[in-house]
Amino acid sequence: MRFSAWNILKQGLTGNAGWKPHWRSPEPKPAYDVIIIGGGGHGLSTAYYLAKEHGITNIAILEKGYIGGGNVGRNTTIVRANYQLPGNSEFYSHSLKLWEGMEQDLNFNAMMSQRGVIMLCHSDGQRDAFARRGNAIVNQGDDAELLDTDGVRKMLPYLDFEQTRFPIYGGLLHRRGGSARHDAVAWGYARGADMRGVDIIQNCEVTGIDIENGAVRGVQTTKGPIRARKIGMTVAGRTSQVAAMAGMRLPIESHVLQAFVTEGLKPIIDTVISYGMGHFYISQSDKGGLVFGGDLDFYASYAARGNLPMVEHVAEAAMTLMPVIGKARMLRSWGGIMDMTPDGSPIIDKTHVDGLYLNGGWCYGGFKAVPGSGNVFAHLMATDTYHDAATKFRLDRFKTGRGLMDEEGTGSQHNLH
Amino acid sequence: MKIDCPLCGTRDSREFSYRGDATYLNRPAADAGAEAWDDYLHNRDNPADRTDDLWHHGMGCGAWVVVTRSPASHEIFATRLAKGTGA
Amino acid sequence: MRVDGKGLIDRDTCLNFTFDGQAFSGLKGDTLASALLANDVRLVGRSFKYHRPRGIMTAGSEEPNALMTIRRGDTKNPNTRATVQALYDGLVADSQNAWPSLKFDVMELNDLAAPFLSAGFYYKTFMWPKAFWEKLYEPIIRRAAGLGALAPSYDGDRYEKAFAHCDLLIIGAGPAGLMAAVTAGRAGVDVILADESPRMGGRCLDETVEIGGMPSYEWAAETLSDLEGMANVRLMPNTTVTGAYDQGDFGALTNNAHHLADCPAGMPMETFWRIASKRAILCGGALERQIAFPSNDRPGVMTASAVRSYLNRYGVSPGRKVTVFCNNDDAHRTAQDLADAGVAVAALIDTRDDAVVDQADFPVFTGGRVTATSGRLGLKDITVEHAGGKRVINTDCLAVSGGWNPSVHLTCHMNGRPTWDPTLASFVPTPGAVPGLTVAGSAAGHMSTAACLASGQAEALAALKDIGAKGAAIDLPSADDAPYAITPFWDVGGTGRAWLDFQNDVTTKDVRQAAKENYRSVEHMKRYTTQGMATDQGKNSNVAALAILADATGRGIPETGTTTFRPPYVPVAIAALGAGGHGSGFAPQRFTTSHAATDERKAPMIEAGLWYRPSYFPEKGERTWRESCDREVNMVRSTVGVCDVSTLGKIDIKGPDAGAFLDFVYTNMFSTLKVGKVRYGLMLREDGHVLDDGTTARIAEDHFVMTTTTAAAGQVMVHLDFVQQCLRPELDVSFVSTTEHWAQFAVAGPKSRDVLNAVLQSPISDETLPYMGWCDVAIGGVAGRLFRISFSGEHAYEIAVPARFGDSLFRVLVDQAKAHGGGAYGMEALNVLRIEKGFITHAEIHGRTTAFDIGMQRMLSPKKDDFIGKAAAARPGLMDDDREQLVGLKPAGAVKQIMPGAHIFEPGKDPVRVNDQGYVTSVCYSPTVESVLALAFLKDGRTRHGDTVMAVDHMRGVTTECIVCDPVFFDPQGGRLRG
Repeated sequence: MRFSAWNILKQGLTGNAGWKPHWRSPEPKPAYDVIIIGGGGHGLSTAYYLAKEHGITNIAILEKGYIGGGNVGRNTTIVRANYQLPGNSEFYSHSLKLWEGMEQDLNFNAMMSQRGVIMLCHSDGQRDAFARRGNAIVNQGDDAELLDTDGVRKMLPYLDFEQTRFPIYGGLLHRRGGSARHDAVAWGYARGADMRGVDIIQNCEVTGIDIENGAVRGVQTTKGPIRARKIGMTVAGRTSQVAAMAGMRLPIESHVLQAFVTEGLKPIIDTVISYGMGHFYISQSDKGGLVFGGDLDFYASYAARGNLPMVEHVAEAAMTLMPVIGKARMLRSWGGIMDMTPDGSPIIDKTHVDGLYLNGGWCYGGFKAVPGSGNVFAHLMATDTYHDAATKFRLDRFKTGRGLMDEEGTGSQHNLH
Repeated sequence: MKIDCPLCGTRDSREFSYRGDATYLNRPAADAGAEAWDDYLHNRDNPADRTDDLWHHGMGCGAWVVVTRSPASHEIFATRLAKGTGA
Repeated sequence: MRVDGKGLIDRDTCLNFTFDGQAFSGLKGDTLASALLANDVRLVGRSFKYHRPRGIMTAGSEEPNALMTIRRGDTKNPNTRATVQALYDGLVADSQNAWPSLKFDVMELNDLAAPFLSAGFYYKTFMWPKAFWEKLYEPIIRRAAGLGALAPSYDGDRYEKAFAHCDLLIIGAGPAGLMAAVTAGRAGVDVILADESPRMGGRCLDETVEIGGMPSYEWAAETLSDLEGMANVRLMPNTTVTGAYDQGDFGALTNNAHHLADCPAGMPMETFWRIASKRAILCGGALERQIAFPSNDRPGVMTASAVRSYLNRYGVSPGRKVTVFCNNDDAHRTAQDLADAGVAVAALIDTRDDAVVDQADFPVFTGGRVTATSGRLGLKDITVEHAGGKRVINTDCLAVSGGWNPSVHLTCHMNGRPTWDPTLASFVPTPGAVPGLTVAGSAAGHMSTAACLASGQAEALAALKDIGAKGAAIDLPSADDAPYAITPFWDVGGTGRAWLDFQNDVTTKDVRQAAKENYRSVEHMKRYTTQGMATDQGKNSNVAALAILADATGRGIPETGTTTFRPPYVPVAIAALGAGGHGSGFAPQRFTTSHAATDERKAPMIEAGLWYRPSYFPEKGERTWRESCDREVNMVRSTVGVCDVSTLGKIDIKGPDAGAFLDFVYTNMFSTLKVGKVRYGLMLREDGHVLDDGTTARIAEDHFVMTTTTAAAGQVMVHLDFVQQCLRPELDVSFVSTTEHWAQFAVAGPKSRDVLNAVLQSPISDETLPYMGWCDVAIGGVAGRLFRISFSGEHAYEIAVPARFGDSLFRVLVDQAKAHGGGAYGMEALNVLRIEKGFITHAEIHGRTTAFDIGMQRMLSPKKDDFIGKAAAARPGLMDDDREQLVGLKPAGAVKQIMPGAHIFEPGKDPVRVNDQGYVTSVCYSPTVESVLALAFLKDGRTRHGDTVMAVDHMRGVTTECIVCDPVFFDPQGGRLRG
């Protein structure tokens, strides 16, 4: 069923009785051309682009819980393409372009809103680093503007420019960045993939990967064995466990990142603001909740929940930067599992097993990557060649030291970006 | 969250900083080869049920502590000094 | 209306307040909600989506409807639940989310369009034309959304954080919590009893039951006075435990001042507690749920228990003619209490055919259903269908009970899921879900008063045993022990809309539509319909919603499962969680010993990490920072300058293996350094990239003093700790950070030795202190150390004295420098001086650079078998020829400015990523070279000296033609250093 205003009108007048499932719930077939393990944003978009751009439709997405239940359902919804290092630059640029056409493509409103992302800077040195980054963004063909203090004040008059601990020297504005309705992205891709014949199989956990003579043959699941010659792993938060089924030991350590939302409030924050000195970022959702977050809790975790020190640290950052939101009440806190790689950048690559492909290690940047990741991963799985926008996300870069993408400069070993 | 420092006793986790998997205790020889160094620096079992990791009691006695804990439940099973105990 | 003879309120103290500008009065002991109900105000808010009229539904923090803004102007507090806002004289409350007024809200038009705004409608439209989403639809939606509005500026209200520790934390002071507290209190352990209400007692205050032969509120008061007498028991009223965290930590929020007209100076409005407990017992009670029936959302429809609370605790009847609608015996008490108090009870309607009601002097309909209601701004009539037919009942308050949901929330904060109990038709806590937390009372599913008391005691005794304390059972007071009889009943059905989530306007139809569209997972249903995402987080509606979902999907309720319970239990102000962070409180401020003297000289201070350092020292007549900076640079190059460098990290390293240890952490050799000498060292991370650089002096055979950069001081200290304890425990070495213990000043310039000799007790010479040497010195009887090192390229020293002498030494040195034609210099000049010499800072060693990149590959000592970073630095990718290497740039064309952060391109090439050759890291105007100078990283840069490149800065629209050169712009032979 194609969604349209007309359709809503028609359904409204007939008691909304005619709506159909957005995707089917088929039982798995014995074999597929391609299996995608993991029905999150990345897996769903991979299947969608395999079907749409590569004509491969005999695909099963195997999801152990419900689709969109991982990080695509628990992030802070920020979309941006403001990276500075080669590899990341072209990839996120590609992803942002896909975001810009996604809703029309999917016929599903994911409420992508390019309300701008401002990163604040607090010293001359940081401003120079932001200038360098802004130039890298423009070199890539994306947008960036360097704001001075007055420029920031004009856009964000409610920040504390007088008393804040780290004065605001300016900011890097990325107007095409913004936010989106996170769940809708998963649902939109699911519906799009389903319409093209992809089987979305929920509550189906992969328990083993069948490998013969160095090539994949299929998977074992809680719904029985399923055969396929090409298998993609898109299982953020469980990447190490699933890859271990194929005998792989990955450069990934899993951590918890918390995020928070307040009660609904009338509009106050129109852009996405990021405050590096406090590891704090914030935006306001269309429903009126202030959505904000900070840094990792800083310990290995699969618990998808955090502890108070980081909650309080994030709130303290809010209070020094914008005490005007002090009376907003935090309504809910939650945590997601972050697959942290040594350099803070993802892995999209083939593996040592023929027909087995890896997409993971998104650290805390996976949401904005959803369209791009699925798109380039589909390209890799369909053609066995790297997409032009994703030539550097290689698994062996840590071993060779070539093409490390350590955006924050904290080191290409596990010291947690 | 609380951690038992073998020297100081039970302390709030805010006194500690997490410093990665206890694999870092098993530093290969300089000439051990690229594979060994790749494994040491990058590759991890990253288990969910039970792990040994390193915590630095930086706001306390300065000890490096190996904490055996569950990343799934955050339960702490045991702690010991890293110094002189190996991984 | 107020009911005579009822309530635990002070009838002699009248309090005036306003709601939406209209004046009312209430009584001391009222909440804002009870006072409004006493004044027959039923319409208090509007729903989120359809802007339907909303009335008070509950008497607790779970209230979904009565959200108001308290106070006006800068101090206003939006989204306050009227049900927990204590009334005070002069209170000003305003409704939210309605325009132009609560009674005539134009957004109510949404309700007429409701058929087109069903679950998830927005995912299906607003997409055409594309640009309209951001330009038209979304702005309209955003304006309409939200509840209250924040004040436009910060009001300065104080909030606070605090720690508490206890053996046993008891959460909730109802019958179970009080019984547990008494049992534990008598055993002598440290007990904290926290309750969200200002008056402890829980439902003891809301019911007409007896405990120990007296009214329950009297028993509560007696028990509390007992507890107050115990030194080991801390009572924390007004305190809501908000979250359960690892290893017995709990978050809690105390409301200190929201019940006061004026907060006394210094008193925090709220305190956020971190409570560390050995054991905890949740006695948080249960929350009553609604039954879905057509148009069940009118003001006047409440929970049956809330009606009892208003009657028994506040002496208020929410209606003049009340009807009760229920599926369980418990709610019968509402009808009985009202009738006993003389309030008209229109009817008691029980969904159960076999319900038994004794001695009722009001109409009773068993097997009854409410199938319709009327009354636009408040309930007027209901339609009841029962075995005997259908009738319309005139009633202005409908007290509904669909049963009780134990407050399992805290037990689920660590990923636990509750267990379905078919007898109670509710979820109950799963034992062990939070280690160390057990549950008593109705939170555990014990629904009679006697069972609550017994379980409170039993859990306290079990907790005492866990703690290792000896407890003794005390005689339980007598109390009612009637069984709790309920037959699950969720949805009356019918064609009209039946609300589940009153605030977010989610109806049973929305849930069924979600199921139909295959949003069958409970999480999908929640996210698709927004069910349970309102400010009550589904406390009033989630269980009913998933019962409807279970029905719609043909599954059982336990199989359908719950959504995830997340902290906080009640919303917590960011100001409370972030108390202390406002202004400069967010991070420590570190001041050098020369701070006061610097301030006196009117030097603007800038942040350097947590430190404050002077930017420059302005002299009379100087109008710009550049004028001052240029003068200071010239001063150092021609005479002498003094600069506080105490912020550099200083680490004292001692032990027989100190030399071997340094050999291992630095890339170059230190064990060969002679006593009395200083050496520059480069430190790598284990991943082969540069961590830090600095100088280290050998004080004695087994004693070194290391300096680090300001930025990396902490990181280096941790690194050394790691290497020593974890990698090289066999080395006999120890170290300590002495950054704060020494004040250290650079004295730089041709006249630096003259200045020093003017203050030192014994003069120095080139022979006694050659370049890269150090010696002990004395100044005015104070022992210090003098290092002949230079970050300016001049003949220079750094002198260190114990920090307490820093202020005076700085003043003396600056005076002496002035006498020699020099003075103090700041960060700007320091930066110019180092760029002229090509010295790096963290602008260059930004974490991604290798020794190879900065031209220091020769410092990776081949003589050593091993050092930190040696193996990883040998990876091919860290030595590729096309890596970006440190170079100098000078403007070569008409444009004389080079912009920091500019990227570098070959002339004639488009400034796009694929042509990117590198970037500019540091830029200054050099008064010495009389040119702008830049340090940059350029692909294969060391072979390109003399080439012309373009530095392109899109950000500021500056493109500069540059010539590539050696990064050392001044005195490349270093003659001035040694001179």
